[in-house]
Amino acid sequence: MSVSKLSKEQFGQFVDAMLAAGRRVVGVVAKDDRFQFDELKSAAALRLDYDVTILPPKKYVLPQVEPLLQFEVGGGAQSVMNYDPLVLLGVHPYDLIAIRQMDELFSQGEYDRHYMDRRKQITIIACDVVRPSKNIFASSMETAVVSDGYDILITDIGDAYLLDVATEKGHALMTYAKGLAAAASADVEKRQAIQEANRTALNKHKLGCKVSYLPRLMEKAYNHPVWQEKARLCFSCGSCNQVCPTCYCFDVQDQVNWDLKTGERVRCWDGCLLENFATVAGNHNFRKDRSSRFRHRLFRKAKYVPEKIGGQIACVGCGRCITACVADIANPVTVYNRLMEERTLG
Amino acid sequence: MCDCCSEHKDIYLPEMATITKRRMLNGTELFMHLEMDSGKELEHAPGQFVELSIAGLGEAPISISSSPTQKGFELVVRNVGSLTRAIHKLEVGQKIGVRGPFGSLYPIEQAKGKDLVFICGGIGLVPQRSFIRYVLDNRKDYGKVTVLVGTKCYDMRLFREELALWLERKDMILMETIDEAHDCWNGNVGVVTTLIPKVESDLPKSVVLVCGPPVMYKFVLMALAEAEVPADNIYVNLERRMKCGVGKCGHCQINGLYVCQDGPVFRWSDLAIVPEAI
Repeated sequence: MSVSKLSKEQFGQFVDAMLAAGRRVVGVVAKDDRFQFDELKSAAALRLDYDVTILPPKKYVLPQVEPLLQFEVGGGAQSVMNYDPLVLLGVHPYDLIAIRQMDELFSQGEYDRHYMDRRKQITIIACDVVRPSKNIFASSMETAVVSDGYDILITDIGDAYLLDVATEKGHALMTYAKGLAAAASADVEKRQAIQEANRTALNKHKLGCKVSYLPRLMEKAYNHPVWQEKARLCFSCGSCNQVCPTCYCFDVQDQVNWDLKTGERVRCWDGCLLENFATVAGNHNFRKDRSSRFRHRLFRKAKYVPEKIGGQIACVGCGRCITACVADIANPVTVYNRLMEERTLG
Repeated sequence: MCDCCSEHKDIYLPEMATITKRRMLNGTELFMHLEMDSGKELEHAPGQFVELSIAGLGEAPISISSSPTQKGFELVVRNVGSLTRAIHKLEVGQKIGVRGPFGSLYPIEQAKGKDLVFICGGIGLVPQRSFIRYVLDNRKDYGKVTVLVGTKCYDMRLFREELALWLERKDMILMETIDEAHDCWNGNVGVVTTLIPKVESDLPKSVVLVCGPPVMYKFVLMALAEAEVPADNIYVNLERRMKCGVGKCGHCQINGLYVCQDGPVFRWSDLAIVPEAI
């Protein structure tokens, strides 16, 4: 593995060169006093010192609303599958792990071309966390640093960025970089020190067990009172689902155009906390109680999804649900720790 | 990631099928016989379902009611929402979008040589019919066949002519009941569980197949437990919101299981630690 180095000024020039060449680059920019992934117009707007974005980069991998088919009303349909290349710049390790999990889920079993074709057009430039967000617990979830899964990984070492270019797609982008130098061993040591620190420092909420223990913890937690207690305050607003980088449940709806003759079948985000998520025709709701929906989300994160992706826990510790939850009940760590402490009650 | 994406088909793209027969079974249930425009058979197995759609109105999972031993396939659609209302307006010769078949199958092989007892509540007869007809078309492969049909009221009864034919057959036993008494009805009155003690087959050794509205399962399963039918011999066909049909969208989950892939037909013993199932 060779690590190279660009000064911060040179890195800005690299980003601007991509933009000047007409590449579509989505990066992290400020939105009032918070941050978001958005179309980048110039490197000047880029904020790689961000703590966490409001929504995860999921919205570029699995958009909020995405056409699957174009149709004539009452007639035939064609697939919509033209996806343009995109550079996704500034993805934190925990969000990268979430995207990698979705890659696995959408390609296993029935292969989802809409997701996968779009995904293959995306080049991910990940970046190590510089500033922990107020609710991050990635260290607890062992998602604070990554050693693979990115096309390029950049690390802010103060006056410069170190770049670890891992894939062909990553190398292809490096043609836009001028002044690339090999990193000195002192620089690489700095990078190691930053990553080593992040391994334990991104931990505002501390999980009371090894992350790999969670599926077993859940086995005896189904009837624990914590589900009722927490869900009593739940508004069923689905905010925890919407901001979650690993939530990928979706609805499919037909949207008819103004001409009333043509339209699109779209996939749009859905959330298992929403009241009618499991309702069938005839109005029977299979998950009618708030507590059953609240429980389902945390079981999905710690047990159901892991069973599909080789044991990886589908909570990456970004802490967004904790920040987004109006009722302040969404913190997974609080629930898992409570289950740990009262293991006999379940 | 796989690099052969162009070889994968679009799992969300329906194929077109043409309605070749249609008739109302009662006030709300439309029966349709369809053939794929490709000229190919659907190649489903009893128990599976399709996603049926009209572009502009949406898509819904619908059980296949016919056996793969016959040409084309049959569906029954209840008029219950905007999509199904539009489906009810379609005429013979009109087209409809179809994806699938999806899901698990009835225990075609495991049940061979054994007595079969079908317990059908209301519209639950529709998916069960796919296996009943399969069994009747392969009659010598199976033991005694008993079909119990319970319907809420007289007017809601489905497949009346076909049930009359089944009643005549010497190689099967049909027992029917309605929940509410009716002037035109001389048969059994009561819920479907009241027919279970009348089954002549040795229940604990039979394969029992159950399908009906959500409320029915608990009571039928209690009655079967009382009749000492082992959970290994019971199969349930469960309804959920199978939105995508391909194990992605999450709507049909029963705990960790996806009904669209792991179901809709489940062996009851496999659901022992799946509390959301019933």
